[in-house]
Amino acid sequence: MIEFEMPKPIAQQSYVLQTVAENMMRPVSRYFDEHEHEIPWDYINFMHMAMRATGAGSLAPPERKEEPKPDEKKKERPPIAYQMLAFMLEMLAWGDVGMYLVTPGGGLGAAAVEAAGSSEQKKKFLARFMDEKPTFAAMAMTEPQCGSDTSAIRATAVLDKNTNEWVLNGEKIFVTAGQKSLEESQGFIVVWATIDPSAGRAGMRSFVVEAGIPGCQVTKMEHKLGIRASDTASIVLTDCRVPFENILGSPEIRTDTTKGFKGAMATFDATRPLVAATGIGVARATLELLKQILAEQGIHIRYGLPRQKLTNIEREIIDMEVMLQSAWLLVIKAVWMADNKKSNPLEASMSKLRAGDVVTRITQRAVELMGPLGYSRELLLEKWFRDAKITDIYEGTGQINRLIVARNILDYSGRELR
Amino acid sequence: MYSFEPSEEQKMLVDAVSKYAAKDLRPKAHDAEEECHLPEDLVEKGWELGFLQASIPEEYGGFGERSALTGVLAVEELSYGDMAGAMAILMPGLFATPILLAGTEEQKQRFLPEVVEAEWKPYSAALIEAKFDFDPQDLMTTAKPVNGGYILNGEKTYVPYATDASDILVYANLEGKTQGFIVPKETPGLQIGERQKLLGINALPLYSLGLNELQIPAENRLGGVDGHSMDDILDAMHLAMAALGLGLSRAAFDYAREYAKDRDVFGVKVAQKQAIAFMLAEMATEIEAIRLLTWEAAWMVDTAKEGASRHAYLAHTGAADMAMMVSDRAVQILGGHGYIREHPVELWMRNGRGVATLSGLAIL
Repeated sequence: MIEFEMPKPIAQQSYVLQTVAENMMRPVSRYFDEHEHEIPWDYINFMHMAMRATGAGSLAPPERKEEPKPDEKKKERPPIAYQMLAFMLEMLAWGDVGMYLVTPGGGLGAAAVEAAGSSEQKKKFLARFMDEKPTFAAMAMTEPQCGSDTSAIRATAVLDKNTNEWVLNGEKIFVTAGQKSLEESQGFIVVWATIDPSAGRAGMRSFVVEAGIPGCQVTKMEHKLGIRASDTASIVLTDCRVPFENILGSPEIRTDTTKGFKGAMATFDATRPLVAATGIGVARATLELLKQILAEQGIHIRYGLPRQKLTNIEREIIDMEVMLQSAWLLVIKAVWMADNKKSNPLEASMSKLRAGDVVTRITQRAVELMGPLGYSRELLLEKWFRDAKITDIYEGTGQINRLIVARNILDYSGRELR
Repeated sequence: MYSFEPSEEQKMLVDAVSKYAAKDLRPKAHDAEEECHLPEDLVEKGWELGFLQASIPEEYGGFGERSALTGVLAVEELSYGDMAGAMAILMPGLFATPILLAGTEEQKQRFLPEVVEAEWKPYSAALIEAKFDFDPQDLMTTAKPVNGGYILNGEKTYVPYATDASDILVYANLEGKTQGFIVPKETPGLQIGERQKLLGINALPLYSLGLNELQIPAENRLGGVDGHSMDDILDAMHLAMAALGLGLSRAAFDYAREYAKDRDVFGVKVAQKQAIAFMLAEMATEIEAIRLLTWEAAWMVDTAKEGASRHAYLAHTGAADMAMMVSDRAVQILGGHGYIREHPVELWMRNGRGVATLSGLAIL
């Protein structure tokens, strides 16, 4: 049965999160935009406390929460954990997407451990997120010379057989929450490196590097167009030694398979719709403010009229609503598939590329439509315009996602469609 | 809960309609357009799939309950075959569905069985008027109450099967409200004009209609003495147009994709060029997004959710842009061949533009 009824637990969650967004995010949204690299501890501590108390809302993939209590009753219900997460992120991003990105709980780093780690590794690395103090984790993949082309990663990991340690060397950039993971908490980063530079993708592995390990240093914090509450770190690894068991996946190199690499890429099937959800949150915030300003001027949208009878501004708003709602439904379908263990690389990339398009378009149109109000820092429209753009860039640019969609619909391999 | 999985019954219906669309409708679409004629047996075969019959309850001669969502699924498949053919098959619904949605008990008993229990017969409805800002809620055609009935005056356009239809559901402005009136063919003052020639859907016979002092008995007003709201009817028309747009767009996308995978250029297939591959990726994403928007709107209509009308309108709006975007790109991907009438993409581009305009010619 095709249905679009929001599950009750999600409705309850949304009610609570909207209060958080309205009271803890919006009032300080402008402050943290203008004070880059200051940390919104009030929000972080509150979220940490709330998430510890309820056990809900971890940003890491949801299996972790379900493991400890295999409740018989719960099993009968359709799984909705990813859907809950998507709704949570959408609402927090509606509050402030930069602040959402510093929500403690492990983020993409924990997601990588969850996706590729053994059960011992999950126990060892993920337990810390329930500690008394808020803890962060990050994914370190991008390097100065390569972004989306992750197979070109140059960071190396060499096994020192005498001490049974991996020795990591290289430079990572654009590590979201990297500084908070390594310097502001006892967290970790997941570093992508090659264990055999001649093996290409088959040699690519990820390693958990915990806070405090010598040889791992934050060297720079970027100054950005938007999402300024979120730190974007450069990290240098110099003979950084981590225990053998910190490797995620098999240490053996098999040149006949890139399974390890593909496994890592599959993490994106789960994370891309979630990133898309944050874009939807920013777009919804923008559209709601736009309609509110118009309503204050006595302008109400006359739905149902033929297009030819609408004013330009009405057409703009209606088009935005079509874009926003249709993009949001792509997100919901993609996470619904993830919840139901259906393979979703096509839907994940569709949701991400559509959300990137829609949020940039809506925020850019909004600034123009609102004239001097839009361009001014009095309102948040210009901030959302800047915040929005990252949606179309991180977690795979719009172009990378088009490539993935195209390969899927054309049934082409990476070699056939480069 | 959310779910994107059609029911078993819906899958069976979609499967049957999809086979008919591919094996019967599509192969005839080109000639039907060129000859401005749909073969009767083709339409009859589509009618026998029983889509409308399954949305009318047993007490009125059908064998099911109306579901906008099932309708959306079926109409997308029909339109994947051919939009004009799909409209012809749905045409009796243009008369029957408003009666089901807004008619009195007596009107349902009187009109529905004769529509659904028989073979396909032309029934018609007249909503559209020839002005650029035509608005179904602000009609030029008027209805005036007179002793025991109404007098209708005005002009209609895009009236399907007007020459053959035994009854036409005519919409007119009664004291500022749009109301439907069941007009028997032999009513004096009813003038059927020339067959109309359009940008697309030329296989479907459409006529202008003159209404000159038409006397309509009171019992022929849709919904009886109190009349009716147009909301449900317009919602169902928006959803029908959205679904027609979806089927047409998917057809154009599939055709362009297969062509691009087959056509050589500079030593590779044209689909291997990112310029083309990215166009196809955006087309596929657009179709999937608007499909979900349409499904949600249909689900809201079926479950009588607040805002259902707005969502049906948004789905139609999105589908109109989608149909134009996707069909235009399909022509572009075929290049010069796309412009030649031997390939169907130019017809889909012409029909695709109609998704924005032709609301009032289909209902589900």
